[in-house]
Amino acid sequence: MSAETAEVEVVEKKSEPLFSKKNKKLLTNPLDIDNPITVQILGVCSALAVTTQMKPAFVMSLGLMIVTASSNVVISFMRNSIPSRIRIIVQLAIVSLWVILVDQILKAYVYDVSKQLSVFVGLIITNCIVMGRLEAFAMGNKPWPSFLDGIGNGLGYGLILMTVAFVRELFGAGSLFGFKVFESMGVRYTGNGLLLLPAGACILVGIVIWIQRTLNGHRESH
Amino acid sequence: MEFLKHQIEKIKPHFEKGGKWEKHYYSFEALETFLFAPATTNGIKGSQIRDAIDLKRLMMTVIIAMVPCLLFGIWNVGHQHFLATGQAAAGFGDKIWVGIVQVMPIVIVSYGVGLGIEFVFATFRRHPVNEGFLVTGMLIPLVMPPDIPLWQVAIATAFAVIIGKEAFGGTGMNVMNVALTARAFLYFAYPTDISGSVWTYLGDAKAVAGYSGATPLSIAADAATTGTNVVGSLNSFGAGWNEGVFSFSNMFMGIMPGCIGETSTLMCLIGAFILIATGAGSWKIIVSVFGGAYAMGLLLNLIGGNAFVEMPAHYHLVIGGLAFGAVFMATDPVTASQTETGKWIYGILIGVFTVMIRVYNPAYPEGIMLAILLMNVFAPLIDYFVVSANKKRRLQRATV
Repeated sequence: MSAETAEVEVVEKKSEPLFSKKNKKLLTNPLDIDNPITVQILGVCSALAVTTQMKPAFVMSLGLMIVTASSNVVISFMRNSIPSRIRIIVQLAIVSLWVILVDQILKAYVYDVSKQLSVFVGLIITNCIVMGRLEAFAMGNKPWPSFLDGIGNGLGYGLILMTVAFVRELFGAGSLFGFKVFESMGVRYTGNGLLLLPAGACILVGIVIWIQRTLNGHRESH
Repeated sequence: MEFLKHQIEKIKPHFEKGGKWEKHYYSFEALETFLFAPATTNGIKGSQIRDAIDLKRLMMTVIIAMVPCLLFGIWNVGHQHFLATGQAAAGFGDKIWVGIVQVMPIVIVSYGVGLGIEFVFATFRRHPVNEGFLVTGMLIPLVMPPDIPLWQVAIATAFAVIIGKEAFGGTGMNVMNVALTARAFLYFAYPTDISGSVWTYLGDAKAVAGYSGATPLSIAADAATTGTNVVGSLNSFGAGWNEGVFSFSNMFMGIMPGCIGETSTLMCLIGAFILIATGAGSWKIIVSVFGGAYAMGLLLNLIGGNAFVEMPAHYHLVIGGLAFGAVFMATDPVTASQTETGKWIYGILIGVFTVMIRVYNPAYPEGIMLAILLMNVFAPLIDYFVVSANKKRRLQRATV
């Protein structure tokens, strides 16, 4: 998290269409060339912890998307009145508000998933993706682009989470969303224990990065 | 030989630039240099250290050093099979046959999968096929239990070659020993097939009355909880069907259940002799691993605590895979320390950690695999400190 903010130049006079080219980029870039997990390497901790099954991974991605987008909007509205010296604590207060809301909703409607996710919903507050987007985008941009940026990064995070969870649940436990795939096809499948360990998830994320960079030719700039 | 050489010369133009199989040049080149030493030598500039043999010849020396372990392992698999099924009178030929049927498929799968992946990567990346897998492909079967499912060998080999080696850039770039990566993969992915009572091949036959698949390490760990004397339990084990299998001399010879190639300390020492005599392996590492394990065993004897801790230190050297790991795994020139002082530190720490994991960690009965992998990671750090200490010493001596 660097303190520098990426200013997107906004032309004041002409009103911009809601889904201009620039705004669409905000949604699609985080899916590939600016992915929060595989390119920015943020939020890896939760990506390893909640991806043993697809259901918690899905709920977690949804939760993070809502928190990022909503906090982005709120911070973006407040961006000109936040004193820069205390901006982090203001951001934290906003994020924690949304995290508590998401946590309470999960507890009310999907209690078992909420128990599986345990502390990780609460820990969204320390997730670098949320704070990173607030610092790098919402502090310098208007509410609508900030909202799109939050949704886009949530999607990018969710994409990786679901990919990793798909492989881990399918080959680790032989099921998808709790549905026993191999058993229903009549195949006896021995689960791969390594995939269920966090170390296996770390290797998987590495493989995803490898494939992604081979496909899009991304290189670290030194 | 002349005929083979002639044939290779004949098809060579097809693979060179402009030929019809140009894409597969590196696969062809791998085969050619495997059979015949290349005629080219390094130019006058560039390399400072020269040797008459190339990397393929060096790797073959290591394979030759492993042959005693392999042959003994094949016999031992058959021998243990007949002992456990109560047919102690079986002949030498039968034992060898059972062993070959069990062991050779593992060797073939390991080489087939590993070399296949190497050739694919070499063709895509357009570089010569790496020699490293010649040794790895033989090491993997030797550290597998005799009746490991073949698909597991295939997956483990693929994982080790792709993640353990190619992801880092191929032979010479890997951080961790490739064969041990394969074994560690199986250990964590399919623990039921590589721990517990899997060390004797039973097949369809019924086990003899009183049979138990316990290993010296599991007996020692049990003795620690029940408080019985380890040496006593080891000596009395197998009464009625395999008397004295875990006596000290028998364990040194290696006529006991275990991974295919690792049971015999004697065969590992013969391999060590070949490696040291030809200069392919570092004697410092081998000696220091044994030394470190023995010293740690003695230290634990002094501290005391439970029966496992008080087991005589020399037993640590013959049970489990310590000897095999020390001779063939720890000496891997890619992943070991490069500096001479570093080799001592590296080896001693492997020995120390092995005994520590054995004695104090109930989750991992054998520690040599994890100890070597751990020290593989630390080897560059050890080298760094040795080099900077050397620099510091020389700077002090220098008069400016």
